[in-house]
Amino acid sequence: MTHTVLVVEDEPNIVLSLQFILKQAGFMVRVARDGEQALRAIDDYVPDLVVLDIMLPKQDGFSVCEAIRGNDKCRDVKIIMLSAKSREADKERAMALGADEFVTKPFSTRILGQMVKDIVSSSPTIPQ
Amino acid sequence: MSGGLVLTISILYLGLLFAIAQFVDKRADTNRPITRNPYIYTLSIAVYCTSWTFYGSVGLAANQGLDFLPIYLGPTLVFVLWSVIWVKIIRICKVHRITSIADFIASRYGKRAGLGGLVTIIAVVGTMPYISLQLKSIATSFRILVSSSETALLTAPSDPIFFIDTTLIVAVALALFAILFGTRHIDASEHHEGLVAAIAFESVVKLVAFLAVGFFVTYGLYNGFSDLFSKAQQKDLSGLFNVSTDGDYSLWMTMTLLSMAAIICLPRQFYITAVENPDESYLRKATWLFPLYLLVINIFVLPIALAGRLLFDGQTADADMFVLTVPLFHDQGILALIAFVGGLSAATSMVIVAAIALSTMVCNDLIMPLLLRWRVLNINKNDDLTGLLLTIRRVSILLVLILGYVYYLIASESYSLVTIGLVSFAAAAQFAPAIIGGIFWKGASYRGALTGLALGFAVWLYTLLLPSFAQSGWLPISFIENGPWNIALLKPYALFGMEGFDRLTHALFWSMLVNIGAYWLVSLISQQTAIERIQGTLFVDVFGHTDDEKDSRYWRGSATIADLQQLVGRFVGGPRVAEAFNGFAASRNINLRKSQTADATMLDFAEKMLAGAIGSATARVMMGSVVKGEIVGLDEVYRILDETSQVIEYSHRLEQKSAELEQATAQLRNANERLKELDSLKDHFLSMVSHELRTPLTSLRAFGEILVDNPDVPLEERKQFLNVIIKESRRLTRLIDQLLDLARMEAGQMDWSLDNVDVGAAVKEALAALEGLMKENEVQLDLDLPEALPKVRADRDQLMQVLINLVSNAIKFCDKTTGKIVVEVSTQDDVLLVSVSDNGRGVPEDVMSSIFEKFHQSAGTSENKPQGSGLGLAICREIVTFLGGEIWVANQPTGGAKFSFTVPRSDYLQTRLSAE
Repeated sequence: MTHTVLVVEDEPNIVLSLQFILKQAGFMVRVARDGEQALRAIDDYVPDLVVLDIMLPKQDGFSVCEAIRGNDKCRDVKIIMLSAKSREADKERAMALGADEFVTKPFSTRILGQMVKDIVSSSPTIPQ
Repeated sequence: MSGGLVLTISILYLGLLFAIAQFVDKRADTNRPITRNPYIYTLSIAVYCTSWTFYGSVGLAANQGLDFLPIYLGPTLVFVLWSVIWVKIIRICKVHRITSIADFIASRYGKRAGLGGLVTIIAVVGTMPYISLQLKSIATSFRILVSSSETALLTAPSDPIFFIDTTLIVAVALALFAILFGTRHIDASEHHEGLVAAIAFESVVKLVAFLAVGFFVTYGLYNGFSDLFSKAQQKDLSGLFNVSTDGDYSLWMTMTLLSMAAIICLPRQFYITAVENPDESYLRKATWLFPLYLLVINIFVLPIALAGRLLFDGQTADADMFVLTVPLFHDQGILALIAFVGGLSAATSMVIVAAIALSTMVCNDLIMPLLLRWRVLNINKNDDLTGLLLTIRRVSILLVLILGYVYYLIASESYSLVTIGLVSFAAAAQFAPAIIGGIFWKGASYRGALTGLALGFAVWLYTLLLPSFAQSGWLPISFIENGPWNIALLKPYALFGMEGFDRLTHALFWSMLVNIGAYWLVSLISQQTAIERIQGTLFVDVFGHTDDEKDSRYWRGSATIADLQQLVGRFVGGPRVAEAFNGFAASRNINLRKSQTADATMLDFAEKMLAGAIGSATARVMMGSVVKGEIVGLDEVYRILDETSQVIEYSHRLEQKSAELEQATAQLRNANERLKELDSLKDHFLSMVSHELRTPLTSLRAFGEILVDNPDVPLEERKQFLNVIIKESRRLTRLIDQLLDLARMEAGQMDWSLDNVDVGAAVKEALAALEGLMKENEVQLDLDLPEALPKVRADRDQLMQVLINLVSNAIKFCDKTTGKIVVEVSTQDDVLLVSVSDNGRGVPEDVMSSIFEKFHQSAGTSENKPQGSGLGLAICREIVTFLGGEIWVANQPTGGAKFSFTVPRSDYLQTRLSAE
């Protein structure tokens, strides 16, 4: 069975690279360019994993994360947050809001690819 | 009228006075005296009204009309408008147990005997004419009453009665009476309840007697005031009761000022108002009651004077005696007798109080210091000196009266009562600068007061007293007419050629000029000693220094209680001292042991008690001999002394400091806010820089790794990825360039090469550089560039940068399908205006103000996030501002944003620079 990843990121080139990595890892990739789009996408279809940038137009990554965690449908959704700011405070805030991982840009595609695989397989997937 | 009868009545009257005094004193010893109330106090102040008032005012009014009034105007002004000065003087007298005006002045200027002695001499010499005035009036009125023949009414008989001069008898009798009266107690600062009561009684007697005569004249001889005044008018006497409009007012002015000074500075007024004041609050009543008394006693002055003039029309009658002679002429014997008793009361009250006040001064401030200096008085022996003190005072009283009599013999005959009195007033007025200056000016010094008083007194002697001797024939009359040794400049009535003033004004002018001038100047240049500073502060700040504890901390040495008791006992009497010390101990809840060392308060108590008996100057010397410690050093004195003023100043400074602190705190708070703001700005900036650097780096690393890890990526995709790497590298380079530019500009380290730049050419070049981008985005350009634009002063490369930034922004934000950009250049006064507009969505209102800030990115509202570092507009602003122009943005009504900036024209800039 194929897992779905929602990439929420406004930089087109980063989206491009993430798409490549995640597809290679065998995921279905959907893309959202800003916070609002992301929430609409989740409402539409619940992914297994969200790769979520913090600096986003319209609604930032933190509030998107909060919204996902507040949504009962998404209880099992894993969240990896991306940040270009590398501030300890941001990481703490992300973890407190319920993110599973926090990755600082620039990231290693190898590590990120492995991390995505690990995170999804560790989840107690309930067959639907 | 028989001499025996008049004499008997006089003696009976004086006996009554004595009885009153004794009765009141007896009562005072047992319980609170009934006489202690503000009315008695006010009546005692009316000792101001003497024979001068009783007889002399009428005399003056009969010849000069209303000129008698200023003498009462001055005291009224002082009491009504300036009673504060009395409050202060009374408080000082109480705190320091002041016994007389000499004591007051000596105490204020460092408790030194020299000044007290000088004041005493001036007071005695100055009072001399005044006492002679009383003697003259009593003697004259007595003779008139006794002879009471028709002729006697006109010229008073001068034949001696009982073969001696009547005036001498009067003088000796009054002296004996004053001795009996005034020296029953030692402690001069104690209240003499009996004396005050007797004086108050006399004030009632003289008032009633004068009003009786006034009523008789106005309503007995005439039908009221209007009748009297109209009769007087028919006789051409209206000049007397109309204020003349032609004459100058200098005499009025002088007399008012003189009497203002006199009510404070006459020894007897000072004594009765300040030293004998039982309660400060009584003054409140006196401020209106005393002026009222003056008003009432003056009501009938003019009527009696006019009646006298009408009665003795054309004859040379002694107008000073109208009060007596008018009733006598109309055979009103009883009324004349009443008038005589009234005059007697007026004279005796003055003589008694003046003699007591003067004798205290002579004893405490003149004789005692001399005895001390000549070592007649062995201060280390223990003999009782109370008897000596009493003897000195009694002799002094006799001496004062005799001096008055001598002056009467020498000068009085040729002067009217008022003229004699004014000479005394002018002498007393010499004290005014030292007293008033002393209680308001801490800087006034001993030398200043001494010099001022001495010079003022000398001028008084020369311009008023000596001429009166000359006019009586005791000095050659040429002394007045030609000046001594025929030096006209030294003529006593026209000193240094000053003529045209009356004698009194002339004398007052010169004496006050030298008095105040020397007092002020010498005070300024002379150094105050420690004790002067102490006393100056205690006097000026008397209301702040009422705490007794502090007053006397300047005695450094020590003495036992027994020493002190012995010392004070020698002057005050042993039993009384023991009693007083025990009372003092009881009030402070302490037990006194004889061998105990006295503390500062005890020393102070002893010194003040001693001062009450022998004056502050002598008391200080005495205390010094026992305590055997000088007063503390000067700097310590400053500390103790200026305590009050220092505390005030200190608290003032504290207030100021706390205000400054508050201000500093506010400034700090502001600075802190600003720092926080800057800090958060810096934080924000760094985090933005980090973000902007990491974003392209992310792509670089990601695609680098992808390409390495996946050698089998199709060529097409590989090419795309490599292009991303190139694009992002460029972006990174541009970002770093911009950051460095901005940093350099903000730090002022940018290398600008300023030149006269052709804007048109620059615009064209910038647009050419962006032609490719415009084509790529299918943007239409509309260029409005006038011919022959003036050049601007600018850095060409930087100006190009501004243009490129603005135009590329416009390309980025213009309408995606039908993009259109307008670039306009125009001349506006001294600048060129360049604007770049697009037809996009315009700038949202909420970012209008921050659009030129660093890293303000138009947070991509669109699907495609615009590429940019967020530094372009910030750099534009830096450049334009540096070049001396402005940059702004506005939304166009037709939609789209319009960025405009100005650059100064080089031709205008040069003229402007040269103009500056």
